[in-house]
Amino acid sequence: MAARQETVARVEEIDVDAYKYGFTTDIESEKAPKGLSEDIVRFISAKKNEPEWLTEWRLEAYRRWLTMEEPKWARVDYPPIDYQDLYYYSAPKSTPGPKSLDEVDPELLRTYEKLGIPLREQEALAGVEQRKVAVDAVFDSVSVATTFREELSKAGVIFCPISEAVREHPELVRKYLGSVVPVTDNFYATLNSAVFSDGSFVYIPPGVRCPMELSTYFRINEKNTGQFERTLIIADADSYVSYLEGCTAPKRDENQLHAAVVELVALDDAEIKYSTVQNWYPGDSEGKGGIYNFVTKRGDCRGKNSHISWTQVETGSAVTWKYPSCILRGDNSQGEFYSIAVSNGYQQVDSGTKMIHLGKNTKSRIISKGISAGNSQNTYRGQVSAHRKAEGARNFTNCDSLLIGDKCGAHTVPYLESKNASAVFEHEATTSKISEDQLFYCMQRGLSEEEATALIVNGFVRDVLQKLPMEFAVEAQKLIAVSLEGSVG
Amino acid sequence: MIEIKNLHVSIGERKILDGLNLTVKDGEVAAIMGPNGTGKSTLSYVISGREGYDVTEGEVLLDGENILGLEPHERAAKGVFLAFQYPVEIPGVATMTFLKAAVNAQRRSRGEEELQTPDFMKMVREASTKLGINMDMLKRALNVGFSGGEKKRMDILQMSLLQPKFGILDETDSGLDIDALRIVSEGVNALRSPDRGFLVITHYQRLLDYIKPDTVHVMAKGKIQKTGGPELALELEKSGYRDYVGEAA
Repeated sequence: MAARQETVARVEEIDVDAYKYGFTTDIESEKAPKGLSEDIVRFISAKKNEPEWLTEWRLEAYRRWLTMEEPKWARVDYPPIDYQDLYYYSAPKSTPGPKSLDEVDPELLRTYEKLGIPLREQEALAGVEQRKVAVDAVFDSVSVATTFREELSKAGVIFCPISEAVREHPELVRKYLGSVVPVTDNFYATLNSAVFSDGSFVYIPPGVRCPMELSTYFRINEKNTGQFERTLIIADADSYVSYLEGCTAPKRDENQLHAAVVELVALDDAEIKYSTVQNWYPGDSEGKGGIYNFVTKRGDCRGKNSHISWTQVETGSAVTWKYPSCILRGDNSQGEFYSIAVSNGYQQVDSGTKMIHLGKNTKSRIISKGISAGNSQNTYRGQVSAHRKAEGARNFTNCDSLLIGDKCGAHTVPYLESKNASAVFEHEATTSKISEDQLFYCMQRGLSEEEATALIVNGFVRDVLQKLPMEFAVEAQKLIAVSLEGSVG
Repeated sequence: MIEIKNLHVSIGERKILDGLNLTVKDGEVAAIMGPNGTGKSTLSYVISGREGYDVTEGEVLLDGENILGLEPHERAAKGVFLAFQYPVEIPGVATMTFLKAAVNAQRRSRGEEELQTPDFMKMVREASTKLGINMDMLKRALNVGFSGGEKKRMDILQMSLLQPKFGILDETDSGLDIDALRIVSEGVNALRSPDRGFLVITHYQRLLDYIKPDTVHVMAKGKIQKTGGPELALELEKSGYRDYVGEAA
């Protein structure tokens, strides 16, 4: 009769150890010496043949960073990070820069294949039935391959590694880089500004609907390497783009630092949909190893009627500190945040969003679903604020937490602040356990306890899953089942 | 055939079933009547394998096999079905998805091939029509916002899709108006068959006007006190349970 207890125990053991992306790739790499200094910043900048303004920009960030302290307000707990004990630059040796797929180290291509991203096939299958997804693959510090570039450029869309954009489209990069997340924003963002290695750059020209999904896959391979990617997406007036990022890393006993910055800019009437499936290595069943995911993501609805939506499925990482946010600057602009955060084992998640209403009649919507199992702690932290000029601002927030077992925790920390009397904010929150009644009902109909749990959890997250592009929704659903069950894969 | 032999069950310190014996043959509809708090629902949960009950003695045999050591879903796959007194809501899970998951989980357990969507849909459409269930309802989350009658009908729909060996109806009549009661009863009657047994748990004679039992058992103080034919139910309607509960109740 202890089936339920057993399952809880099994979930605790298996899930995290069953991380199937935990392989490492044996590939020669070129690294900067360990540690961080002005020289290292210059080294990274030089490696990328950056113009002087950017080198200076980085140095300014570095100097600023030296004066900053790590934020301590999140409900997460980890030993101090020795920032001098990390590598800040690592590149697969055979790929000094992105080029055509034929020149990419086959070992790398195999890695991406294992991750379910057959870059080569995607190109080969182009135009055949399958919906196309253009992929930019980032391995440790550099982008190794970007697909479908030619086709995209016909539509005027620029999709390339940011290091390349710096060289090829300096006017765009210079105009927008740091314009949403300023160099001085926060400890991790400032660190990223100093040492960011690579990431994706997207520009959608006015009036263009991007003809395919854009996607970036990030992979950390090297030991003791921080990954600091930087993504910048600009949707010019009346344009549309849907973008997805996926992340994995090998299993390693040491913690690995990932401190990315993502900046989105939506001009008049433009729309950006940004989806994340984050599956970094979460650490083992004792809480050893795993990724520290300290990420700053922010979108600026700069133009009127612009629209930015963040959708995230977060199942990985040992510690997550992440608040994809929207600045609703343009009148009538809209921001959305849809989140599923699953934590298990000893994972700690402190995630949520900020919706900052500046313009008139701006709207925001937050749907957050947190699922905690094992010994994990899962916190939703969200801020909604209305500036005094934000006439008619509206927000709807719904955060639901689901607990599996009795050793985990769920926390909801909302901050609401309105300086305009006409603003209307609604906040709903629930915390529930999967009830014995529900489990027994499902099992009486023939579902095993694991199947029943997965079914109930999928029901719980359905509103959010529906916001993901179709093919990724299926993937995400499986991922959630795997991170909770451990029986699959 | 289900045979319950000398079943003793406690919840914590409290003894609920006290040496209960009961046999329901294939094709038989047996009714259990009895006052509140006498262990009728406990019996249905113990047969179907719910956690939280300590079986201290006795056996429950389904076609000769003791099923007490099996998990609820394993018993379900062997053909035990419980229609709940209060069917449970599962938010976000479309009823159709749930039905398909249940049918195919049982088929997998029995080593049968899973049903493909078109075959499954056809089966559901037929069964739903008989129960007056609108297909639109199957797109809604399971039991969420359903009326009492709709929930019960949904349980009977599940029974007709799962085709159990042995069905337990736990106070299926509670919360039903006369029309709903008739529809639900017709649904059950349609499932009566020579190789399927039923245990109908109820307080009232009323349900037995619609689902005519072959045998009636009076249960009180954790065991069967008296067994008879349908006339026993009518008798109880007049005299009540006081002869069986004694002064202790």
